[in-house]
Amino acid sequence: MKRFEYIRALEPQQAVMFATPEDASFIAGGTNLLDLMKIEIETPQKLVDITRLELQQIETTADGGLRIGTLVTNSDLAAHPAVTAGYPVLARAMLAGASGQLRNKATTGGNLLQRTRCYYFYQPDSPCNKRNPGSGCPAIKGENRPLAVLGTSDDCIAQHPSDMAVAMRLLDATIETLKADGTSRQIPIKDFYCLPKDTPNIETVLETGELITHIVLPAPVKGMHTYDKVRDRASYAFALVSCAAVINVNNQGKLETVRLAFGGIGTKPWRNEAVEALLIGTDGNVNIISQAADLLLKDAKGSGQNDFKIPLTRRLLKQVIERALTGKGA
Amino acid sequence: MSNLTLTINQQDYEFDNLDPRTTLLDVCRHHLHITGPKKGCDHGQCGACTMIINGRRINSCLTLAVMHDGDEITTIEGIGLPESLSELQQAFKDHDAFQCGYCTPGQICSATALIEEIKQQWPSHVTTDLQNPNGLLVQEIAERMSGNICRCSAYPNIIKAISQVLEKQVLNSSSVTEDAPNNSPADAAISGVWSPPPSEAQIGGHSMVKQTANVANVPNAASAKGERL
Repeated sequence: MKRFEYIRALEPQQAVMFATPEDASFIAGGTNLLDLMKIEIETPQKLVDITRLELQQIETTADGGLRIGTLVTNSDLAAHPAVTAGYPVLARAMLAGASGQLRNKATTGGNLLQRTRCYYFYQPDSPCNKRNPGSGCPAIKGENRPLAVLGTSDDCIAQHPSDMAVAMRLLDATIETLKADGTSRQIPIKDFYCLPKDTPNIETVLETGELITHIVLPAPVKGMHTYDKVRDRASYAFALVSCAAVINVNNQGKLETVRLAFGGIGTKPWRNEAVEALLIGTDGNVNIISQAADLLLKDAKGSGQNDFKIPLTRRLLKQVIERALTGKGA
Repeated sequence: MSNLTLTINQQDYEFDNLDPRTTLLDVCRHHLHITGPKKGCDHGQCGACTMIINGRRINSCLTLAVMHDGDEITTIEGIGLPESLSELQQAFKDHDAFQCGYCTPGQICSATALIEEIKQQWPSHVTTDLQNPNGLLVQEIAERMSGNICRCSAYPNIIKAISQVLEKQVLNSSSVTEDAPNNSPADAAISGVWSPPPSEAQIGGHSMVKQTANVANVPNAASAKGERL
């Protein structure tokens, strides 16, 4: 691990002031950052400890939503009564991720900023456009089984690893931040992540020294909440394909509400509202599900080892919709 | 370089000029010679370094000591000693829940905190009813212990050891049983059968749809997941 200066911030304003230089990094749970610092993929010269900030509350908002402090741990959020009752898809997504120990440390804001688990990104002596722009991407013709098929570019096919962020995308979360100049802003999660394009090193719209302070959820969405995760092991493994869903079926057997977001297949948490619009109002028959899958995967591009994710996503989508239809009234 | 006080196993340790790069695991093992916590992978993947901080189990290899100024830290040495084993330690011995023993301190720290998580009604990935989890089931223990790898694969006996202590502690805690009508001895851990989540091959086929329809009627089945709002 490279040397760094350690500073503990006592209030958010202080944290963003400490973190203004390009080479500073915030640390909270540290479960991903320290892992990367050990192999010197992350080499901050200054580490600003934000764990003592008063950003650990979960509050209800005026419109019936939740405002979650960035430091709320994944364990606490997944077990919170307001989440298990109103946002089960979020609780289930978080519980599908990592291990009990990691969820006790990992924070809500930090989870949104998880880095990819692409093998080449994690290999310091390998070229990687995300780590070292312009050095090339060996993954595209290499070991790419876990990597993305949607949102990729000629420079990067790294998948976004988070389960939680998929549910946050589904629920239309808003990310509240504090910038170095003391101003704050609200970023809808659909605008938060960047596609890799020719700058895969830029992953979010956050500016240097900008601190996530809260994640705000709108009021709960009515319907069946599910999170399905297909992975190589039954527990403690990243998604090959995952699907967060909220689906409501009306008395006529028609799909009234359909929200679908996918993990494991995209370079960012993947949601395509046009796919949802296609399904809404239909009876979810095999043909319409097939059309929806075609639309979802229209631009999907396998790189060899990860080709299987495309048919697997089709099958998962079919299962999620059909289960919601057959489970009606259960 | 930083000055700090760590409270480990109820004893205070002062540090001057500790290199901030030092992980909590390395402070214990290298600076204090508290060698119960083990370094397996050093990347949070194996759980051998598990400690309990302020009541929560964490991977001590993935946290900096300087970030724990004033925290209450418990290692296996603080859970029990050879002459005064904790209930879980005794259960691990009784059930032969280890072979080489390298992962055992982490397993026992993890399980010690897990029992509290279950008492607090935390749900898990395999929980059917998020608001009323039955942490006594075998599949619940397996899922919740997945952050602790055992290369000797003593898992069946680890689960038996934890089950024994869990049943005793949770079922004897009246406040918990009142809140959790599911937690009856009849569906307690030993009687459960671990059924993994659906495989890739099962996804989408008729068998999966049928299975889901069936398990919807079976309380506590691992793959019956989903809430209607």
